[in-house]
Amino acid sequence: MPHQTILQKLEILADAAKYDASCASSGTAKKNSLGGKGMGSTEGMGICHAYAPDGRCISLLKVLLTNHCIFDCHYCINRKSSNVRRARFTPQEVADLTLSFYKRNYIEGLFLSSGIIKSSNHTMEQMVETARILREEHDFRGYIHLKTIPEADPELIRQAGLYADRLSINVELPTDAGLTRLAPDKDARQIEGAMGGTKMAIVEAKDAKKRFKHAPRFAPAGQSTQMIVGADAASDADIVGKASRLYDNFRLRRVYYSAFSPIPDASAVLPLKRPPLIREHRLYQSDWLMRFYGYQPGEIMQATGADGNLPLDIDPKLAWALKFREQFPVDVQRASKEQLLRVPGLGVKAVSRILIARRHRTLRLDDIAKLTVSLGKIRPFIVTCDWRPTLLTDRADLRRLLAPKQEQLELFAA
Amino acid sequence: MTTMQNVRLGAYYAVHIPRPDDFAFWRERARMLVQCDVPPDRVAWTEPGSSGDLFAGGDTRLPVPDRDARPIRASKRFLSLARNAVLHSDSERFALLYRLVWRQQTQPRITEDKTDPDVRKLEELDKNVRRDSHKMHAFVRFRQVKEQDGEEHYVAWFEPDHHILRANAGFFKRRFANMRWSILTPRGTLHWDGSTMREGPPAQKGDAPQGDPAEDLWKTYYASIFNPARLKVGAMLSEMPKKYWKNLPEASLIPDLIAGAQSREAMMVAAGERAASDRPETLEAIDRAIHQCRQCPIGGLDNQAVMGEGPAGAALMIVGEQPGDQEDRAGRPFVGPAGQLLDRYIEQAGIERRSAYVTNAVKHFKFVQRGKRRLHQSPTAKEIDTCRWWLESERALVQPKIVLALGASAARGILGKTVSMAKVRGAPIPLEDGSELWVTAHPAYLLRLDGAAHEEQAALFARDLAAVKKRLAGLEA
Repeated sequence: MPHQTILQKLEILADAAKYDASCASSGTAKKNSLGGKGMGSTEGMGICHAYAPDGRCISLLKVLLTNHCIFDCHYCINRKSSNVRRARFTPQEVADLTLSFYKRNYIEGLFLSSGIIKSSNHTMEQMVETARILREEHDFRGYIHLKTIPEADPELIRQAGLYADRLSINVELPTDAGLTRLAPDKDARQIEGAMGGTKMAIVEAKDAKKRFKHAPRFAPAGQSTQMIVGADAASDADIVGKASRLYDNFRLRRVYYSAFSPIPDASAVLPLKRPPLIREHRLYQSDWLMRFYGYQPGEIMQATGADGNLPLDIDPKLAWALKFREQFPVDVQRASKEQLLRVPGLGVKAVSRILIARRHRTLRLDDIAKLTVSLGKIRPFIVTCDWRPTLLTDRADLRRLLAPKQEQLELFAA
Repeated sequence: MTTMQNVRLGAYYAVHIPRPDDFAFWRERARMLVQCDVPPDRVAWTEPGSSGDLFAGGDTRLPVPDRDARPIRASKRFLSLARNAVLHSDSERFALLYRLVWRQQTQPRITEDKTDPDVRKLEELDKNVRRDSHKMHAFVRFRQVKEQDGEEHYVAWFEPDHHILRANAGFFKRRFANMRWSILTPRGTLHWDGSTMREGPPAQKGDAPQGDPAEDLWKTYYASIFNPARLKVGAMLSEMPKKYWKNLPEASLIPDLIAGAQSREAMMVAAGERAASDRPETLEAIDRAIHQCRQCPIGGLDNQAVMGEGPAGAALMIVGEQPGDQEDRAGRPFVGPAGQLLDRYIEQAGIERRSAYVTNAVKHFKFVQRGKRRLHQSPTAKEIDTCRWWLESERALVQPKIVLALGASAARGILGKTVSMAKVRGAPIPLEDGSELWVTAHPAYLLRLDGAAHEEQAALFARDLAAVKKRLAGLEA
């Protein structure tokens, strides 16, 4: 082990981090390095500096401090009983790598996570130390996301929040039963307790900031979490329900979904096959509907099938519309913003364009075509002065007409 | 129309914009021309390096509006879009913007009408420029050069599509305020020394440094963070189009990563192939299958699989660790010394062995060969977890009301985690399927003890079995 080079460690510890879905670097306080001695800036919008062939954005140096772990969670490649190669960075090494990458404009900052070594507190201390080196010794003003360890001392989590832009605590599995089975060393109540603690600290820091100009910032980009999809039997309805409870209870910025992917050296308890990636996509779409389109969690659940899962061939918005056809067609000239947002194929941007444009003229189908991307999908659900879908909306085979042609979505589709 | 007399009807004006991104200059001239009522089709806008308009040679002396000429109207939104659109490399942009300013004088809200072709064009230019700027923020890759004074200098080569270099200087200054850096492009260069920004003439790729030791680390990171099980080349290409690849050090890895992904995933899937097949539907099928099982190294030793035995609907399932030497030879569980001891104790507790289903957490005998002897070795956690698939298949078919685990390995085979004997002993642990787990010591443990220690453990063992018997009777009643 002592003979491992930084390059070898990076190879192992970045590989171990590739199952983490989050790579966001946006929504934090604006910072720049003018007037400082170090470097870095955050300007609201995060920047994806590269894309991997898995289509995912790379905006942060996403690594584990170590992939040694005293826990034995079955879905996790780093669990104690796994045979993966192990490595361990020192806080200084991670700080140096971050700075070296940042100077070359490869990244927006650091996303640090870790296997648990010795104890939760020891591990959390090492993570906080990494952030401290960056912020205090190098005056680093880029983005830092720390994945906190629920079992760690709240005081350590408080320190982490003072250095980090974002904290996250993974709930890992959508149901307590799944957690008990697949992460026997973890405790759902402890995880939610830690989230609650972080929420309180964020709220208190915001409150203090209002009253005292120099009150320290605490995780200005908020907290997020991640759920693994498809490792246990939880349905999409279960998952959406869990996510919405988490949003409500802990005011999370984001809930990330990570489709369970086959891991080398998999545990024998793991499921039959990996869920199609499209399932993860449908969950993100439903998340989007709740956050930006005014859908209630219950409405998303209404869009699921008998098995509690969202259809894979069509998006959740279309699925909902097909179930509630009596709500359509809507008249684009008169409908409210909320009604327009429910039309499959109309995004937030297109709706705002329509709202502005209809002040100036009576909208024809041609005009709608110019304001949107896919008229074909929208047509059955709208009325314009020169278009009325009458029969189309009621056709029994509407779903087949609107669903995309079958294509092979994955390499090893069952 | 007080300024009408200033315009010679039929005259063409050519406006030469000094720098391709000079918004202020355009705005000044546009305001004057509108105030003088010069319609859009009478103005040619040219920028340095362009071949110019057919009429560009026309009258270049622009009319001057009256001092009391009416103010020009332009919406805030238009100005913010126009400031960006000017940076576009489309040679028609100045004319488009002028046309829109002209139209706004009679249709003040024209820029809100997104079905209007001019407005749509403006939005498209703005969007392209914003995208190009965003890509510049993302895809500039600095390389470190050591200067003669020992200072580090970071130099990047970038090829923007539009005239965005100057407009984005501030972003890099705010981010790298305390670093010495240069960005070289075919449209011009920027140099920051930590206190002042200097602009320079266009550069060529050869002017930029060729490599940087940190690139090996970066490429290693890029290759490692990619998950081959999720190949989505289209999604990557839409965000990182190929035209940018030539200046991204990591992009050289992409073809091989894509080519290798299928085989890497196939390997992962193959490794988990047993999981992909359905569970066996009968105990006989399990028996046949475990003899073929080579999921862990124990299956490859010189041994045979030992299947559990007992009635299919047994209320009690007894789980040991793994077959020993004698069990392996006999092909039956618990027939060796530990088995005989177990038989004695359960008989004492009032449990009939024939009524219980007796099996092991691990199906093959793990040993090391010492001469003629095969020495028992404990299975690893990983091996127990691998074999858990079979144990769970047996449990699903037998559906016992109580599972009695003998020893920590057996408990792990049921729970998937290692538990402390002292903590779990003597009380039931509810299982997902509604049954319950009781944990006690392995009888082999008793065989290794003498004297007082043996007495004490034997009593505990008997107590545990009695508790199980009592619970069984309660459940069956």
